[in-house]
Amino acid sequence: MSATEIYRAPALSTEGALAERHWRDLAARRRLYTIGGLVFLLLALSGSLWFANETNAGKFFDRLPHIADFFVELKPRDWFDPVRALFDLPSPYDDGSLKFDYPEGRVYLTQGIYIPEYFYRMIETLNIALFSTLVGSTFGFLLCFLAASNVTASRWLRFTTRRFLEIVRAFPEIVIAGFFLAIFSLGPIPAILAVSIHTVGALGKMFYEVVENADMKPDEGLRAVGANWVERVWFGMVPQVLPNFMSYFLLRFEINVRASTILGAVGAGGIGESLRLSISRGHEAKTIAIVFLLFCTIVAVDQFSAWLRQRLVGRQAFAYGRGE
Amino acid sequence: MNADAINDIAARYPDAFQRPLWKRYAAPFGILLCILYTFYCSWFFSIGIVLGKANWNLAGAYLADWVSYEIRPDIEFKDGYLTIDYSRFSKLGSNPNPDWVIKQIAEVERRVDAAPAPAAATDKSSQGSFMAAGAPTAENPAPSPDKPVPAAPKTVREKAVVAATVVLGSGQIAIAPNLVTVTRGAESVVFDIAKDRSVTPRTPLPDWIEQRKPGSTAYVSFGFLGRAEVQNDEVIAWRRFFGWANFVFDTNSPFWGKSFGEVASLIVSGERIDPSRSNAALAWDNILYNAEWQHGDVWLKLLQTIVMAFVGTVLASVVAFPLAFLAARNITPNWLTNQATKRFFDFLRSVDMLIWALFFTRGFGPGPLAGMSAIFFTDTGTLGKLYSEALENIDDKQREGIRSVGATPTMVQRYGVLPQVLPVFLSQSLYFWESNTRSATIIGAVGAGGIGLKLWEAMRTGTNWANVFYMVLLILIVVFVFDNISNYLRRKLMGTVGNGNDERARGASARLLAAA
Repeated sequence: MSATEIYRAPALSTEGALAERHWRDLAARRRLYTIGGLVFLLLALSGSLWFANETNAGKFFDRLPHIADFFVELKPRDWFDPVRALFDLPSPYDDGSLKFDYPEGRVYLTQGIYIPEYFYRMIETLNIALFSTLVGSTFGFLLCFLAASNVTASRWLRFTTRRFLEIVRAFPEIVIAGFFLAIFSLGPIPAILAVSIHTVGALGKMFYEVVENADMKPDEGLRAVGANWVERVWFGMVPQVLPNFMSYFLLRFEINVRASTILGAVGAGGIGESLRLSISRGHEAKTIAIVFLLFCTIVAVDQFSAWLRQRLVGRQAFAYGRGE
Repeated sequence: MNADAINDIAARYPDAFQRPLWKRYAAPFGILLCILYTFYCSWFFSIGIVLGKANWNLAGAYLADWVSYEIRPDIEFKDGYLTIDYSRFSKLGSNPNPDWVIKQIAEVERRVDAAPAPAAATDKSSQGSFMAAGAPTAENPAPSPDKPVPAAPKTVREKAVVAATVVLGSGQIAIAPNLVTVTRGAESVVFDIAKDRSVTPRTPLPDWIEQRKPGSTAYVSFGFLGRAEVQNDEVIAWRRFFGWANFVFDTNSPFWGKSFGEVASLIVSGERIDPSRSNAALAWDNILYNAEWQHGDVWLKLLQTIVMAFVGTVLASVVAFPLAFLAARNITPNWLTNQATKRFFDFLRSVDMLIWALFFTRGFGPGPLAGMSAIFFTDTGTLGKLYSEALENIDDKQREGIRSVGATPTMVQRYGVLPQVLPVFLSQSLYFWESNTRSATIIGAVGAGGIGLKLWEAMRTGTNWANVFYMVLLILIVVFVFDNISNYLRRKLMGTVGNGNDERARGASARLLAAA
């Protein structure tokens, strides 16, 4: 560093000079690696950008002035119209087309009380996410103890469970959804299955890592009084891992809300489908209403889950990951 | 332990012995809630009805299609002879003659007129020894006397297939104009065919043959080896072969059906097949434009997906990096700037990647630009938040040290802050790179470019599951390779530092993985 250059040290001994030269060599090599890495990154980036631009339907610079067009197109007739779309109130512009048929989508609970269409769709998406998280975490919970090295002695069983969880996790959700979409008709069931199956793998892995980090003293105590395997797991392991499990459950729920929205957009029902349809048909007010609803829901879910997680495990598990 | 001791313990640990009621019943109550919710959901999504209606045989067939393919000879009964057709785009090329369809050819008389001919011209003697098993002539389609006979049909004698045997492993189907014998293992069933009227088994059907009502089409199952339908005017057999058909060259290619050695020798030293270019170029072109597998297109789309994830993550990191310094309250001691930047990150993150993808697909048109912009926008938010959290957790001592020797503010950031957080930043970006490779596949399906859309379309048509599996395998390989690259780089990075952020990053990383 610069300090060594400013401070003129007395002449170094032979060993000192050797060490100094070695340090300089290392620093130079390090700098070379850094610069080389950056150059490589820059080349890869520009190559990638060029390739992406070449293979895209619209070219970047041709389309750039038109990006805003989309927002201009999205401008509704008046700014109260999205509110009508959101709550399924009749629109003054109703011309019989799909564009302004807001009351059509009402889901009546009783004669007079209805749920607006997009709220219903949002509930559907949330239910898909919550239910698949529940199913996935149930199986993840059952499997994680078999994969944990401190609970399951059988190497073979552990190995099988872990590989199973890995395989299940590796498949993108869309592949599973597409496969089940071919067997069932369109609808939320393929999305539930896809998200659940992926969740089993993802949560199973998180769970068994928690179990492996658990304190073994309760287990030893239970073993000493002659408890069997199930009792040891249930009374020794579960109480201490449960808060962490809950925290991961909530994290996964956040992720799954997003995943089920996306799966909805490719045909698995819920709000995602409504959004895709309204965007592709150019229904401004509806699109704004859905985007607003989706945004609010995601913020609400994130906040709620963050709050609950903080209550469950404190600050330590407050970090969040991809999709979160 | 006596009662006193127990009471003593109970008095000392009231939490353990007299827990509040809600705590005591929290577990059963939670489980009950979950069960109730499950019931609610199964009502909400009518899960029972949908699962009941699902065609599970179809699921098996689709799964089998991932790793195998079927060839379908279609054997039609004519008067006294048979015609064998293969579907138009058969995997066996334009003129199939597989050795597992054994044909018996004899000379028959037939009418060339297309009239709905009465079976007068049937020449029984020419039907060969196969019929010696005893074909019931009574079952011949009766001539219909009241039908107007068109202008005198011409009768020609020519060679035709009079009997055919389709071999499916241990099973086989022997077909003659009025008689079909289906054999599977030791069991065998003979069907009498009344042309265009009925299919009648002579013996009771075993459980691998299904006939929904007497006289109707019989469905024969040979397990994985194939299946067949015995109809009153034709027999359709599906023979299943393990593997992927015509994976390298399609049937239109001059290299089709040649062994690896033959192709290699053609490429190295063969005569030019297409005079305008070398055989190697032709072969490469044939592979890229293989009509069934579309290798060129699949690889292009896969590269798009990779590029989307890569560029999206790199740009997001680059933009999030300076913004995170603004958002961290210990770096920028300005409440307004902190809050504005943080809320901006939250906004980018909460507008879902799906919405960004749909927006940019409209803006740029379908393609990788839309996908990479969506990833870029979402991840700027997420990475910005993670980065600023890492910055807020740094050790202040190093900054103070640098400041105390009179460094400029930039120098303080460079030597006091950056060495602490850079490995964490890079590590987090690498995690996102890896996980974005998966996300890019998914958002591709809504039109944002890459292999996602191609995969989704292949799945939606539901006919070409081998192609689907091929693409899934490619995706899995890419994800696996990038996982390992990113793990390797991360290990190298994290190995060099040992401060508190290291642990934190590992914790956060584990959580990131949960999402992957």
